[in-house]
Amino acid sequence: MDNNNTLIRLENLKKIYEVGETKVNALWDISYTVKEGDLLAIMGPSGSGKSTLMNIVGCLDKPTEGKYFLEGEEVSKLDKNKLARIRNKKIGFVFQIFNLLSRTTALENTELPLLYSNVSGKKRKERALEALSLVGLEGRELHRTNQLSGGEQQRVAIARSLVNNPSLLLADEPTGNLDTKTGAEIIDIFKNLNEEKNITIILVTHESEIARVAQRRIYLRDGQIVKEEHS
Amino acid sequence: MKIARIIQVSIRALSRNKMRSFLTALGIIIGVGAVIAMVSIGQGAKRAVEDRFNSMGTNLLFIHAGSLSFRGRHGGGGTYQNLTPGDAEAIQERADAVQYISPNVSTRAQTIYGNKNWNTSIQGVGAKYTEIRNWEIEEGIFFDENMVKSGQKVCVLGSEVKNNLFEGEYPIGKIIRIKKIPFRIIGVLRSKGESGGWFNRDDMIVIPYTTAQRRLIGMTDRVQSIDVSAVSTARTNEALEQIEEILRIQHKIAPGAEDDFHVSNMSEIAEGAAESTQILTILLGGIASVSLLVGGIGIMNIMLVSVTERIREIGIRMSVGAREKDILLQFLTEAIVLSVLGGIIGIGVGVATSRLISHFAGWKTLVSVGAIALAFLFSGSVGIFFGFYPARKASKLDPIEALRYE
Repeated sequence: MDNNNTLIRLENLKKIYEVGETKVNALWDISYTVKEGDLLAIMGPSGSGKSTLMNIVGCLDKPTEGKYFLEGEEVSKLDKNKLARIRNKKIGFVFQIFNLLSRTTALENTELPLLYSNVSGKKRKERALEALSLVGLEGRELHRTNQLSGGEQQRVAIARSLVNNPSLLLADEPTGNLDTKTGAEIIDIFKNLNEEKNITIILVTHESEIARVAQRRIYLRDGQIVKEEHS
Repeated sequence: MKIARIIQVSIRALSRNKMRSFLTALGIIIGVGAVIAMVSIGQGAKRAVEDRFNSMGTNLLFIHAGSLSFRGRHGGGGTYQNLTPGDAEAIQERADAVQYISPNVSTRAQTIYGNKNWNTSIQGVGAKYTEIRNWEIEEGIFFDENMVKSGQKVCVLGSEVKNNLFEGEYPIGKIIRIKKIPFRIIGVLRSKGESGGWFNRDDMIVIPYTTAQRRLIGMTDRVQSIDVSAVSTARTNEALEQIEEILRIQHKIAPGAEDDFHVSNMSEIAEGAAESTQILTILLGGIASVSLLVGGIGIMNIMLVSVTERIREIGIRMSVGAREKDILLQFLTEAIVLSVLGGIIGIGVGVATSRLISHFAGWKTLVSVGAIALAFLFSGSVGIFFGFYPARKASKLDPIEALRYE
């Protein structure tokens, strides 16, 4: 059923949280397909289920019901350790609050995913330097995170997400902590990565201006997809 | 992850917080250092005691009146005396495993020289006493068999008596009064040093036992004890058996009846003393181990705080693909690295401390390889034991909550 360029296929995905006696439906019956090379924006107000969806797609969490296929593999039934392997090899995360290790250089932060896969020390450094140059941070490799501006920190985070050549890049409000100009620069980086390297990117945002760079936009409300746009 | 990489990750994490890492390791440093220093003091004391006994001679036998195990029967040492000069002669003649023999009597007396006086121990001994005890003459001579037989009023001074009565004056040939009886000084003993608190072996005057019997004690047919040296250490037990046999005949003890004397063996006494210092070593080491334990609890405490403080870091690591096992091993390795590094530094501190103690306090210390190995192993296990719980706690965190943690 999967053709060659389908990256993500979600089938009737549900996520139900039990808070005491009451059940909260964070996601309700989501079915969607993302193709390789897509740039998708997920939009919606807070509490609409954006983050829950991101966590499931990012293999940090598992759906209560439904199936999730990544590159044809049903990841919704994998155990914790296998999910960690998938996160390591196939997924790159960029967070709103950067999530870099403090008091650590840009290079070491970028190397981090490679520490958990079988890459030798020399190769690790090579690939980390390459990823850093891709986001325009040549010459800042040995700066510590607290010596970098917000925009630069987010570039390090992008470099880190790219360093293991993932199939999918997930960005959760990547411009939320940045000023408009810097935010635009970061979005440009995503756009270039998508167009030139054909990397699949899913962008969670509530700013429609930023979502406009995406070819496809879906709107979530109360855990359901309420609208889809193409451009 | 390979072990080398885990260690690399752990050291990176530890070096991001050098001060905290050092303070955590400090508990182990002090613990290991204390164990090594304390055990080295105990071992040194043991060695010192052994050396002291060896210098006295392991071929020595002491004959005392009465049985030491029924001491209560005597009603105070010295009141019941049944050893005679004749016993000593019989042993000398008949026991072929015996080399030298010296009948002894002792008392305390006030001694006077010029305008100085000094209360000291007076030892009446035989002519071979210095050979039996390995004592050396600093100046002059020791009395010979003839002087003993004729009961001459000659004496040999211990170095402390000489210092107190003569203060630099040349003593040989001078006359001192012991219980108002004049004695001619014919020699001075070489200082033997403190003997470890029993009595000062330099604070004594040695005179022929015959003279002591007649002039100072007024009892010529009894001696208080007899010191014997066997011809060799190997024949000490043989000499002991011969002496017992001879004395039983001398004292007319019926077969099966108990001895009315006791022969003690120097090596037995030495073993007893060494055993008591061994207990001291165990005691000191035990007390020091408590500080090692406290150091381990310190590591657990800091690692627990560290896990809470680094929840975000753990979340980040999980999000980029760290498995539970990776996080567990990282935190466990951090604890082990801290305690092993602390252990290595602690060994240095312990060795240095024991050197300082032996330098300034003048105590003999002995750093044994066994103590070092034990302290090192113990500190490593402390790291594993107290590091495991915090590491497990870290590895069980939920990545989503860890990433969201403020």
